[in-house]
Amino acid sequence: MKSPNHQMNAIPRHTRLSGLEPLVITPQLLFVNIGERTNVTGSAQFKKLIKEERYDEAVVVARQQVENGAQILDVNMDEGLIDSETVMVRFLNLIASEPDIARVPVMVDSSKWSVIEAGLRCLQGKGIVNSISLKEGEEAFLHHAKKVLRYGAAAVVMAFDEQGQADTCARKVDICTRAYKLLTERLNFPPEDIIFDPNIFAIATGIEEHDNYAVDFIEATRIIKQTLPHCHISGGVSNVSFSFRGNETVRQAIHAVFLYHAIRAGMDMGIVNAGALPIVDTLDPELRERVEDIVLNRRKDATERMLEIAERYKSKKGEVVVESLAWRALPIRERLAHALVHGIDAYAEVDTEEARQLSTRPLDVIEGPLMDGMNVVGDLFGAGKMFLPQVVKSARVMKKAVAYLLPFIEAEKLRTGDTAKTNGKIVMATVKGDVHDIGKNIVGVVLRCNNFEVIDLGVMVSAQKILDTAIAEKADMIGLSGLITPSLEEMSHVAREMQRQDFHLPLLIGGATTSRAHTALKIEPHYKSPCVWVKDASRAVGVAQSLISKELVDAFMAKIRAEYAEIRERHKNRSGAKRLVPLEKARAQRFDGHWDDYRPPAPVKLGITVFDDYPLAELAEYIDWTPFFSAWELSGRYPAILKDEIVGTQATELYADARAMLKRIIAEKWLTARAVIGLWPAASVGDDIEIYREPGAGNRKPESAGPAPGSRLSATAPLATLHCLRQQVDKPVERPDFCLADFVAPKDSKVPDYVGGFAVTAGLGIEPHLERFQREYDDYSSILLKALADRLAEAFAERLHERVRREFWGYATDEVLSNDDMIGEKYCGIRPAPGYPACPDHTEKATLFRLLDGTANAGIELTEGFSMYPAAAVSGWYFAHPRSQYFVVGRLGKDQVEEYARRKGWTLAEAERWLASNLDYDPE
Amino acid sequence: MSHILPYLHPVRVATMLDALKCRILVIDGAMGTMVQSYKLEEADYRGERFARGFDSQHEPARDVITQPGHDLKGNNDLLTLTRPDVIGAIHTAYLDAGADFIETNTFNSTSISQADYHLEHLVYELNREGARLARTCCDAAAATTPDKPRFVIGVLGPTSRTASISPDVNDPGFRNTNFDELRIAYREATAGLIDGGADTIMVETIFDTLNAKAALFAVEEVFEERGGRLPVMISGTITDRSGRTLSGQTAEAFYASVGHGQPLSVGLNCALGAKELRQYVDVLSQVADCYVSAHPNAGLPNAFGEYDETPEDMAALIGEFARSGLVNLVGGCCGTTPAHIHALAEAVAGVAPRVLPKALGIAA
Repeated sequence: MKSPNHQMNAIPRHTRLSGLEPLVITPQLLFVNIGERTNVTGSAQFKKLIKEERYDEAVVVARQQVENGAQILDVNMDEGLIDSETVMVRFLNLIASEPDIARVPVMVDSSKWSVIEAGLRCLQGKGIVNSISLKEGEEAFLHHAKKVLRYGAAAVVMAFDEQGQADTCARKVDICTRAYKLLTERLNFPPEDIIFDPNIFAIATGIEEHDNYAVDFIEATRIIKQTLPHCHISGGVSNVSFSFRGNETVRQAIHAVFLYHAIRAGMDMGIVNAGALPIVDTLDPELRERVEDIVLNRRKDATERMLEIAERYKSKKGEVVVESLAWRALPIRERLAHALVHGIDAYAEVDTEEARQLSTRPLDVIEGPLMDGMNVVGDLFGAGKMFLPQVVKSARVMKKAVAYLLPFIEAEKLRTGDTAKTNGKIVMATVKGDVHDIGKNIVGVVLRCNNFEVIDLGVMVSAQKILDTAIAEKADMIGLSGLITPSLEEMSHVAREMQRQDFHLPLLIGGATTSRAHTALKIEPHYKSPCVWVKDASRAVGVAQSLISKELVDAFMAKIRAEYAEIRERHKNRSGAKRLVPLEKARAQRFDGHWDDYRPPAPVKLGITVFDDYPLAELAEYIDWTPFFSAWELSGRYPAILKDEIVGTQATELYADARAMLKRIIAEKWLTARAVIGLWPAASVGDDIEIYREPGAGNRKPESAGPAPGSRLSATAPLATLHCLRQQVDKPVERPDFCLADFVAPKDSKVPDYVGGFAVTAGLGIEPHLERFQREYDDYSSILLKALADRLAEAFAERLHERVRREFWGYATDEVLSNDDMIGEKYCGIRPAPGYPACPDHTEKATLFRLLDGTANAGIELTEGFSMYPAAAVSGWYFAHPRSQYFVVGRLGKDQVEEYARRKGWTLAEAERWLASNLDYDPE
Repeated sequence: MSHILPYLHPVRVATMLDALKCRILVIDGAMGTMVQSYKLEEADYRGERFARGFDSQHEPARDVITQPGHDLKGNNDLLTLTRPDVIGAIHTAYLDAGADFIETNTFNSTSISQADYHLEHLVYELNREGARLARTCCDAAAATTPDKPRFVIGVLGPTSRTASISPDVNDPGFRNTNFDELRIAYREATAGLIDGGADTIMVETIFDTLNAKAALFAVEEVFEERGGRLPVMISGTITDRSGRTLSGQTAEAFYASVGHGQPLSVGLNCALGAKELRQYVDVLSQVADCYVSAHPNAGLPNAFGEYDETPEDMAALIGEFARSGLVNLVGGCCGTTPAHIHALAEAVAGVAPRVLPKALGIAA
């Protein structure tokens, strides 16, 4: 059950820690690394420095931790021979004076409360106490927790009670649950500031009782994360491999496998030497299997089998595959050009080194053979002879070559002061509230290929950060991207801010929901300097070059401005010409569900159903490939596209790469698919739909579900109310003005009806792979993986809808459709998504997620702009009416917006902000 | 044992919360520059009780020949006792200009700051009387304009020392004060403010967040002793255009560090003018789930160290804060006068206050 403090916030509830800078723990961080070397109990070297009072060197240890990526610094001074309190204060005061260390939060770590308090009195930021527990009973626990609150810190809570440390899953969960309740109910302790440490113990010790310790931790983690909202899970990872001391390869493999499973279960912080961890996928398969056997306790003889092979890994070498091809015999310049045009990255470094040795300056390699090769790529792309996937592969080769040269160039720069010349510098970002970045990344790659310097700020970037970066980097232009409709408003906000802060840089607008019309109407008028909509990646270079060129820019902008002015003019006239009908009239012309003789089917299984770790192989069969190709700007329908005269070869190659990656995604479990669906009794009230709690059991067979007595239906308080929008198009009488509420039986008809909801993702676990590709300068694989995750999520939505029709709602038990028919939506019922044409209000996702508890049940978070994270996610409603259909709500009159605002409890301005893209009028 | 204490003055708090929901409220302006305009002399500061440079009530036996007193000119907080007419007139001028909140004349009324004048023993009295004087002025104003409730902000200043910065360049680990010393000093001050009738406690002009955390800790301790609380307001100081506090924190990190105080409002004051302060107020307005305040200086100091932004210019800038939905409370710091506050009050009148984020976007 939820704690009484659990509440729905418009802004996601995240842990906010701080040093000199904030550390907001969002799901995007995936895993927070806590530096462990400034701990006298864990590091013999640090202990020596402290005991000998060599504080200068001890401070260096802290600095190295932060430089190597520690996001929080654990400081522990528990050593019998030193005055821990004094030393804690001294060391914390010293690092407080080092801005590059003090920027991260501190974890004050001690088994003595007095040392913890002494440490807390030195922290200006919000740190973490490690730890408090129920070891000495409730009174001491609450006393300490209250102090923690008063000092303004978060707390690690050990799974430790009056009986001792918890070892089994059940004990871990019980203690953590008890602690959580005490903290949140008795002290109003913010749940996001609770970090549970459910105890990681050593496995494979030879003692049978220890075999399940890792599983106990992982399972407890899963349950705690699901049942205790907002808390975090941490632990000291190195304990788990304690019995393999001295065999670093095996220990690191165990840590990697353990973390892989623990993180998937919900562990989101850890005291770990992250730099040393191998990636699970790169482990030798035999080693991985046996490590998984001990970690997951999969067989009785797991420990013996691990010991059998452990010795072999004390020294292990990788093997090299050599291939020899004719082009390798060409001269070096041509080899580089060949590699670039064909996107072969295997020899990038060797060839670059060879070219460097033949050049006077390392920069000559870039400005000579590499740029020549990229110019060929650019020309071919411009001429339509090369396609986006190839260009992205070429860019991968270029990036690797440049990365290789960078240290040489830096050294040269120090000597001579020379720097490379670029076409121009662009700052790009996906705007605040939005997590989608495939398109932006593609544009970045294409611009880089054309010798633009691209500073990519990533996703969910605030306006001020974009503008500050543009100033700091002396950028030549700014590019904004976004996929969901609230991002349009944010882009308009950025434009207004640019004007207000007196910017003159050109502003480029791109992304799936943006359009020439929106840019002309809602963005460009707010900004006096150039503001241009960029249709797709292939246009980006032309636009950027026109804007940067002194000769071209004036003519180019004159043309664009004339175009936009014309659009505005047309818009003004059109809204005058084709008027909407009043809401009253649209309602009078509603869709008729024939509620007198249509009885809605009752679901077989009412309430919530959760799908954890859905088999990816099953989903792969449901993929709709056509949008996959359009993501790469290859147009045409699958499978015809593979034989297309123009793009066929490229499409086939891309498809082969996608299939190969998909195979690895499935075989090696790169991604986890999770979902939650819900089916509830419902009735429409005007344009709203009321959703009710699950009725009593026993009445679930569709045939026997008679109409519920009206009094009972109306007496039940709704669980939630869905607010729907209605078309206001002037149509002939026989064609209805649709609203989703029309597909549900009206409350006063007393006909029992139902509505469903779903949220699915196939993007969980994607981050480590993206990071790996990033490290390898492999944008191609990175974009490929994101595009595939998107497809899998859509496929998952399709597959679940099918199962809902056949099993869970069960109104189409005998439905048999081919994948093509399914893609063609030849089935009965619809699954519209909030934020899309039939229900354009993104904020309804909050209601959907509350009903489904989508974050706990499917691992999907909503951003402040109501974008879902992971980005590869789909959510929506289910309607089963046989004549339900997709429609576009389109433009809304002020009468409807005013009424909608009242129904939502919004001010008119709020409604106009969220429905900005649908307004038929210009708000005040 | 519960963390949630009731309010000491629930009705007044309810009135304040109602007002905050409906409009942008106005805090008063500078005290120091106003006092300067009275051109007070050492004798004004001393009054009768401190005529010999020390407190004759505290040290009646002290001999002025062998133990001469100390200069008290510049100890503006002492004027609460020696020239209450001046301080009261300044409070009233701000109330007449349209201020909803009056800040007590207690910026330096902590044992640490009063030690410079050897008047540490006066701290409780300075705070109690400071709050009482502001209370009297507010009540008088409220009696004439009953539809406009007026509130007393009990001010806890930053002190002259920093707990997280070393004053010794050769020893970065050294400190000339610490958390406990600050905590004890703030406890005494807080008790005086509550007893004098303050409606809220504001920890303000925070340039070292650790000092502020000690103040928040002390305030909670006093609340616990009294079995009730006052709303707490927090206002930090971004010292220059680096966007950081003197102790090095960004605005967002500052908010993360003080959020545990369950503030009624968090905001920024001093050091910068409205123009320079805007982007940091914007940051707070995006992350804070409480009300947001801003009381900047009247621009940046000119070559003579004077603040010369006109009321009209400042009001234009603050009016834009308001229309952009950044703020719930506005006011002035160094260099601002009743004319500035009057202009601010007019600029924000009728503009909707910033909506608390929890209310945004979600229909219940």
